[in-house]
Amino acid sequence: MRDLNGDDIEALAVGAWILGTGGGGSPYHGLINMRRLYRQGTRVFLMDAQALEDDDDVAVVSNMGAPLVSQERLVDSRLTARAVELMQEYLGRRFRGVMSIEIGGGNSIQPLMAAAHLGIPVIDADAMGRAYPEAQMTTFAVGNLAPAPLTSVDPRGNEVVVTRAADWKWVERTSRKICTEFGSVAATCKAPRRGIEVKRWAIHGTTTKAIRLGRAVMGANRRHDDPIDVILEAERGKRLFAGKVIEVERRTTEGFLRGSVSIEGERRDRIQINFQNEWVVVWRDGAPLATTPELICVLDSDTGEAIGTEMVRYGQRVTVIVLPAPEIFLTPRGLELVGPRAFGYDIDFRSAFAS
Amino acid sequence: MKRIGIDVGGTNTDAVLVSEGRIEAAVKVPTTADVTAGILAAMRMLRGQTGDAHQVGAVMIGTTHFTNAVVQHRDLAVVAAVRIGAPATTALPPFCDWPEELARLVAGGTWIVEGGHDYDGRRFMPLNLDQVRRAAREIRTREIRDVAVTAMFSPLDPSHEDMVAEILREEIPRVSVTCSHWLGGIGLLPRENAALLNASLVPLARRTVDAFARAMAESGLDAPLYITQNDGTVAVASYAAALPVFGFASGPTNSMRGGAYLSKLEDAIVADVGGTTTDFGHLQAGFPRQANSIVQVGGVRTLFRMPDLVSIGLGGGSLVHPDRMTVGPQSVGFRLTEEAVVFGGSTLTATDVAVAAGLVEIGDRRKVAHLPPALIKGVLDRAHAMIEVHADRIKTRAGDVVLLAVGGGSFLIPDRLQGVSRVVRVEHGGCANAVGAAIAQVSGEVDQVFQGIDRPEAISRARTLAEQRAVDAGADVRDLTLVEAEDIPIAYLPGHALRVRVKVVGNIAVGSEEPSGDRHDSR
Repeated sequence: MRDLNGDDIEALAVGAWILGTGGGGSPYHGLINMRRLYRQGTRVFLMDAQALEDDDDVAVVSNMGAPLVSQERLVDSRLTARAVELMQEYLGRRFRGVMSIEIGGGNSIQPLMAAAHLGIPVIDADAMGRAYPEAQMTTFAVGNLAPAPLTSVDPRGNEVVVTRAADWKWVERTSRKICTEFGSVAATCKAPRRGIEVKRWAIHGTTTKAIRLGRAVMGANRRHDDPIDVILEAERGKRLFAGKVIEVERRTTEGFLRGSVSIEGERRDRIQINFQNEWVVVWRDGAPLATTPELICVLDSDTGEAIGTEMVRYGQRVTVIVLPAPEIFLTPRGLELVGPRAFGYDIDFRSAFAS
Repeated sequence: MKRIGIDVGGTNTDAVLVSEGRIEAAVKVPTTADVTAGILAAMRMLRGQTGDAHQVGAVMIGTTHFTNAVVQHRDLAVVAAVRIGAPATTALPPFCDWPEELARLVAGGTWIVEGGHDYDGRRFMPLNLDQVRRAAREIRTREIRDVAVTAMFSPLDPSHEDMVAEILREEIPRVSVTCSHWLGGIGLLPRENAALLNASLVPLARRTVDAFARAMAESGLDAPLYITQNDGTVAVASYAAALPVFGFASGPTNSMRGGAYLSKLEDAIVADVGGTTTDFGHLQAGFPRQANSIVQVGGVRTLFRMPDLVSIGLGGGSLVHPDRMTVGPQSVGFRLTEEAVVFGGSTLTATDVAVAAGLVEIGDRRKVAHLPPALIKGVLDRAHAMIEVHADRIKTRAGDVVLLAVGGGSFLIPDRLQGVSRVVRVEHGGCANAVGAAIAQVSGEVDQVFQGIDRPEAISRARTLAEQRAVDAGADVRDLTLVEAEDIPIAYLPGHALRVRVKVVGNIAVGSEEPSGDRHDSR
């Protein structure tokens, strides 16, 4: 168990944004919630997943909905805590710790906010290792773990428990519907996990990883080193391409932001990246260069800061890198859920690190 | 039509008279503490060069006064923040991400009342009028007269902000209200921050614009007064006085627009060397490249359209430290002509070193003849290195670019710089800012989410709204051009949600002294 200090949380926000792989929403509101809580003397502890007992109960939290709506509703740490409390009330048991469903983007801070109010530790793990657009795109779904119950709350005092769901797709559908009624944003506590399930199926050490990544970038910028070199070294990543954004095309379908961006290099060569909230496939001359589940990150070439699919625009100078995927997503069941076909691309997954 | 463009900087006040696209006269005088005297002096000199001032059709003034007030923490009014959005948003109250020192100066209390809307136009909560009345009375008791009102999703539905503004005006005598939907798009905190900064600057803006108007009258000018805006356009003075944040970056913007106009360059890096700072910007198609996202002003995150700029503390008035061979960021500012050595003062400035090096002739060169050559070279090398690094930072790609050197201190820019193919200087380049003001048009902008209508309809509605705003700001309704239309679909929202940004520009309406929609008085 270790004490997270203020600098850790600042670094977490930077690192989690990079692990958002283009989506996941900005961690900024979560960060200022935490700054305020820390100023009031609150402290949050980080607990190793392996330190859990098999029959411990672990809460899994996330903020659901459109990032744009959160920009107006803002994020409230008490609401996340309330979703966890509601789950405790429903289960009649208390949680040993709380973890995030996804370490990429704003959800990385959600367990810290709940932990701050509930006085339980954050478990150093998540179920995506990055950001993904849909609830069934998790290691817990890979493990065929129970998809329900789920709690969902809004700030007006509306609280819903989804007690049962036929499968992961159904829990996504019903909870999405509730979220839409709440105003397209809701604090949710996903299906709770036993300690043994977290140890077997979660991706471990991802909070620490995000903090390490954030510290690397912040340190490089302070020292005027190349932050991208530092990221690649720290996470054993690969530099795919560098250039200027020359075209961006976006559309919303089924509530997702889909589209593509073209990047032109110094030698006039081009790549194209397709996205569905997050970056999904990088193409060169009609052939895939990198695909999900490997982490495709588009970074500002100067600052190393991640650029999201909502904000990418013509003229930006960017570097595209790829980071290794968690092993569990490279299994047949993993690729079925988060491989290129899960996003509608009829191609086989081939690691960008293979060539 | 003849126009006078004036730029009131921290150090100098520049003025030009432009007629049929020609610069007929250009003058530069020190800025005075009360602003007015400097303008009067500039107008007198202009008249000395051109004679009669009668046919002047418009006067456009740009000023860094409002930004400087925020950055230097002076002349800021205490502001009451009323937010409409409870029971949501309360975890992050107004001023929550402000630098502490600035918040201490400006924050006069926060009230979060029930109300606001959702992304689809539904009410989030009914507006709680009792809470609003109570807030208004408490604000009155605290004797605060400047209030910022921010409602959840007000760019989609401003009605709750408007209703609260109305109640505040009923309850508080002489209150001045800034509504957030006048200023920015989606993003409650940065939009609220813009409204808070704006409210804090309104008293200063009124005094300043009044002083401008008095200076005009005393100069015998009877032409409508316009104030320049961040995007290189102008607004009628009464509109600008109510919305000072829209003039935040007008100084560097005017320099870039003026530089583009004078040099006929459409794409270039611009370095505008003033008395205290050098601003680097990037001209694209004759306009400054816009910063795409959050812009920090005095450490406050705000969100409204601003040019993408890099500023450093290097200018003609920058203090030279002979022992360390450094220059800036402190500056003598507008006291250059009293304190600099070449003017008989005792403070060694960048201008003194430039005069000693023979780069420019200002003041009395004999007064700096004693400066050791090693000092002159050391300080200039230092300045050149600063310029080189920051000119590179504003570029969007590697490779050499054209650098346009403007501003009163542009003599500090050498003819050769790494990463620069050539340095371009133009006649009247020292007054490029005033030229940029004189040639400005009027704009109207909209950034809003539309739901349940198709794309052409959404863009058309946004355009109509933008055109109305342009006319409010003083544009000629018969002469409006769409210069920008961008639509962004939104993730995780059901139905067809589209965020649309539209900007139109037009020439100033001639003859209508008080254009229709004075924003400050409108309901």
